[in-house]
Amino acid sequence: MSEDVLYLDGISVSFGGFKALNDLSLVVETGEMRAIIGPNGAGKTTMMDIITGRTRPDKGIALFQGDIDLTRRDEAEIANLGIGRKFQKPTVFESHSVEDNLQLAQKAPRGPFATLLAKLSGAQRDAIDETLETIALTQDRDRMAGELSHGQKQWLEIGMLLMQQPELLLVDEPVAGMTDAETEQTADLLRGIAKTRSVVVVEHDMEFVRALGTKVSVLHEGSVLSEGPLDVVQNDEKVIEVYLGR
Amino acid sequence: MLRRLLLPLLLLFASPAFADQTAELLEGLKAKSYAAKIAVVEKLAASGDARVVAPLTAMLNGRLHIRKSDGLIVVLEKKDGKRRFLNALTGEPLGPAKSRSSKKIRVNNRLRGVLRGALGSLTLFSTDPAQRLNAAQSMFKSAGADSLPALAKAYLNETNDGVREALARTLAAARLRHGTDEEKLAAAHILADYPDRGVRDLLAKTAQTAKGDLLVAVKQADASIEQRLAFFDILQNLFQGLSLGSVLLLAAIGLAITFGVMGVINMAHGEMVMLGAYTTHVVQVVMQQYYPGAITQSLLLSIPAAFLIAGLFGVFLERSVIRFLYGRPLETLLATWGLSLMLQQFVRSIFGPTNREVIAPSWMSGAIEITGGLVLTNNRICIIIFAVLVFLVLTLLIRYTDFGLRMRAVTQNRAMADAVGIRSSWVDALTFGLGSGVAGLAGVALSQIDNVSPNLGQGYIIDSFLVVVFGGVGNLWGTLVGALSLGMANKFLEPYAGAVLGKILILVLVILFIQKRPRGLFALKGRAAEA
Amino acid sequence: MRFVTSHWIFSALLAAITIIVPVLNLAVPEGSALHIPTYAVSLFGKYLAFALLALAVDLIWGYCGILSLGHGAFFALGGYAMGMYLMRQIGDRGVYGNAELPDFMVFLNWQELPWYWYGFDNFFFAMAMVMLVPGLLAFIFGWFAFRSRVSGVYLSIITQAMTFALMLAFFRNDMGFGGNNGLTDFKELLGFDLRSQGMRAALFIASGGALLAGFLICRVIVTSKLGKILIGIRDAESRTRFLGYRVEHYKVFVFTVSAVMAGIAGALYVPQVGIINPGEFAPANSIEIVVWVALGGRGTLIGAIMGAVLVNMAKSYFTAAFPEIWLFALGGLFIAVTLFLPRGILGGISGSLNMLSARSRS
Repeated sequence: MSEDVLYLDGISVSFGGFKALNDLSLVVETGEMRAIIGPNGAGKTTMMDIITGRTRPDKGIALFQGDIDLTRRDEAEIANLGIGRKFQKPTVFESHSVEDNLQLAQKAPRGPFATLLAKLSGAQRDAIDETLETIALTQDRDRMAGELSHGQKQWLEIGMLLMQQPELLLVDEPVAGMTDAETEQTADLLRGIAKTRSVVVVEHDMEFVRALGTKVSVLHEGSVLSEGPLDVVQNDEKVIEVYLGR
Repeated sequence: MLRRLLLPLLLLFASPAFADQTAELLEGLKAKSYAAKIAVVEKLAASGDARVVAPLTAMLNGRLHIRKSDGLIVVLEKKDGKRRFLNALTGEPLGPAKSRSSKKIRVNNRLRGVLRGALGSLTLFSTDPAQRLNAAQSMFKSAGADSLPALAKAYLNETNDGVREALARTLAAARLRHGTDEEKLAAAHILADYPDRGVRDLLAKTAQTAKGDLLVAVKQADASIEQRLAFFDILQNLFQGLSLGSVLLLAAIGLAITFGVMGVINMAHGEMVMLGAYTTHVVQVVMQQYYPGAITQSLLLSIPAAFLIAGLFGVFLERSVIRFLYGRPLETLLATWGLSLMLQQFVRSIFGPTNREVIAPSWMSGAIEITGGLVLTNNRICIIIFAVLVFLVLTLLIRYTDFGLRMRAVTQNRAMADAVGIRSSWVDALTFGLGSGVAGLAGVALSQIDNVSPNLGQGYIIDSFLVVVFGGVGNLWGTLVGALSLGMANKFLEPYAGAVLGKILILVLVILFIQKRPRGLFALKGRAAEA
Repeated sequence: MRFVTSHWIFSALLAAITIIVPVLNLAVPEGSALHIPTYAVSLFGKYLAFALLALAVDLIWGYCGILSLGHGAFFALGGYAMGMYLMRQIGDRGVYGNAELPDFMVFLNWQELPWYWYGFDNFFFAMAMVMLVPGLLAFIFGWFAFRSRVSGVYLSIITQAMTFALMLAFFRNDMGFGGNNGLTDFKELLGFDLRSQGMRAALFIASGGALLAGFLICRVIVTSKLGKILIGIRDAESRTRFLGYRVEHYKVFVFTVSAVMAGIAGALYVPQVGIINPGEFAPANSIEIVVWVALGGRGTLIGAIMGAVLVNMAKSYFTAAFPEIWLFALGGLFIAVTLFLPRGILGGISGSLNMLSARSRS
């Protein structure tokens, strides 16, 4: 049990009659990278919402690191437990500099009085520099985040997640709108991150998923349709039916 | 006039026997003691001779005199500053009256009560149902043992239902006071069906002296009336709550469209209501000027006029200001607030700061009295009906018309609506115009119950927003439920907390409620709510 | 950066005004061209109190995106706390000569002082209440509202409902705050005559000092990491939440600080105008504050101060010269600022400066 970083069992949630998740069960092992694919409306984003405390499930169990119940906690609490989330649409603080964005994400006391008096230590500065290097934004550290290109914003957001030092990263469509070169770099970046943490990636882009080379779960109509290596999943009758249509 | 002359004559011919008796009886009024006079008045009343109405009325008004020259009882008439005597029974003029040539027959309060009762029983047989009703009601307190036969007879002959009811009540009251033991018991049971304060007072008085079965019956009747009165109180509160709720609904429903459907915070919404009210006023002035005969129709004419004026103004606002602020709700709020200030000053400059009068048409004045305890005023009833009509028409408009379809399409997905060829910018303008026009309609209704002044709208804007937010944004049914529940809550709190404190309580409760359910009673859930 | 230096210049300017105006009033003889008449000192003192109020609104609206339409309530509560102290100072010099009870209580036939008036004889207690009452109300209100994530327009509407409810309450005679007429007829502050020239100058200095202190405190807040988080909440609330910050704690904190500032502004305002009544709670007043900030430029602090002074100078001028036009002017200002100057005067200037410098760089 304790080697599962994320354990979802029998999760259902509906919005006014529409079942967004229907008895969804999913297990992610510690240190694993998992790709989630599925057509629109399959419940990928809702699943992320459940894990990060944005939405409460109608029923079901969601455990983090074996024994922490995620359904009873709110976003901030879950973030502090060590779950980081990247949104589908890149969400950074546009009127802050790149460096400030990272500083705000950096793992540090989160209360208002602590932050009122916070001073950046040398070690913290080094950590920021290091991350800037990782996401290739050292040159742009003083630029406003709002001025960055789409791909750079995506990376900045991933960089912010790294500054949080999470145990589990949830990454929603990280390469949407990226050039091929950027997509490749992103795949490298995520593979690097996955060496030290667990990562769940939601993605439409099959090439990108292939490049990640990980186990894949296919979501359809709110539950897991198929699971396994990409090649196996792609030849699954049910998956073909869902993707190629009735 | 003719009837007043003819009626005594007819009665005179119908029963010539008591002609002299009446005149003889009348002489008894010369007595000094009030007790004697009371006895005479009661006998006169029991005679049923209609001619005594004139002298008794005069006596009640202090105009029944004794002529000093011959001791004749006369009525002193003062008309156009001239004084003359009239024959007490026939009303025939007896020439001018010099001052101090006659002596007033004095009355005291007790005698006045008896006189009123006597006059009442005499008019019980009038041909005018209104007079009979009046008589029946006025005798409720005063009817003595003497008038029992007259009352019973009147009750049996009565054909008008309303008068019959009133007679039954008065007869029961008289029997409870003066009847036989069985009659008293029966009367107590009958009175239980007349739940009003007067009956309760009578029952309470009777209970002080009653014994045995009668006491039990009286207590039962009293208890049953108390219960019913409490029930009427609740009904009255319900009605007033419904009435306030319908006012809130009218004020808020336009907002539910602009705020709920379009997401535009229109702080000038109250001023649209005010424009509607002033339109009503202007239409009335114009009608008075050119078609004074049709003045009662001016309110009906105001309805389309107010809708058009407020609606067109809304379209103008949307095109000139609001469309530049879509997606910036807080800025919209500020800009429309600025607009509201300008509109208020605009109206103040034209019409002045004082209240403008709007006449209620005759069919809206008056009230329906269900029973003694329950009165529903016509203007409130009209407003309730009007609010329901406006609500229904709007709901149908949005659900079933082509415009409604386009409107919903633009709200749900603007880009998609544009793509399928809907001119979303015009839909925006028309939707805003519709919301404003409905506010104008609210103004027509409010002109009937509130002061038409430049500040009219200010009083409703906060309430309207609370209604929309409480009911759940983007949902007309939510607005309906929100308006009614706030109206009801207000009226049911008022008796306990007072009007102002009740209002404060409601505000606090709504604030707490919004914190519990930030998206209102009927909130949209899921992705749609995130937008 | 430019903002860092400009704020020092501004602070120095503010400090200079705070000192020079009273000097020109007290030390320069009346005939001189440099003399500032006492009424003008009071008038500008009032503007400074309003500027502090605008600063309070800018702190939450400009930096944290909370548009409060009820800040007039905190201002009025601070004003009432000060007014209660001034009432107690009247002693037996009221119309009824009752040393125990303020005039309006004697008039209402009250026999003794209500418990919530206890302690207001003491200046320091009253000053503590000036900050505590608005602060506590803001804390409780904010705690409920922000915890349940009421935000945006919804929050604006319930803050407006709050001040409306308070207005209705304070209009009631049996609340014990003078009802309709409010508190007035003040005589002394700390034993000095309120109408004296020296007192007027002292109040001006107090207002200027409070404004300067408020400005510096706001600077400390907005330039700290906390300030960056506030801006983060303003621009991307859910991102802040998913980074692990408790957004509601930050909002409650800054809302409370802002309410305390508004309360102090109210306390400075009341002795300079000599009256506080329930009209100060009117929702319209609270919205007007927002337009001061919007005109000057939200999220700039200096802009809020400038906006408050400018609009109020215009108001003093118009309401005296053309009372008919004032509401048109104010209403037009609301519309013009939101349509044509969405970042306010200062935001507009610094925006175009940035554009110029960016152009010269490239």
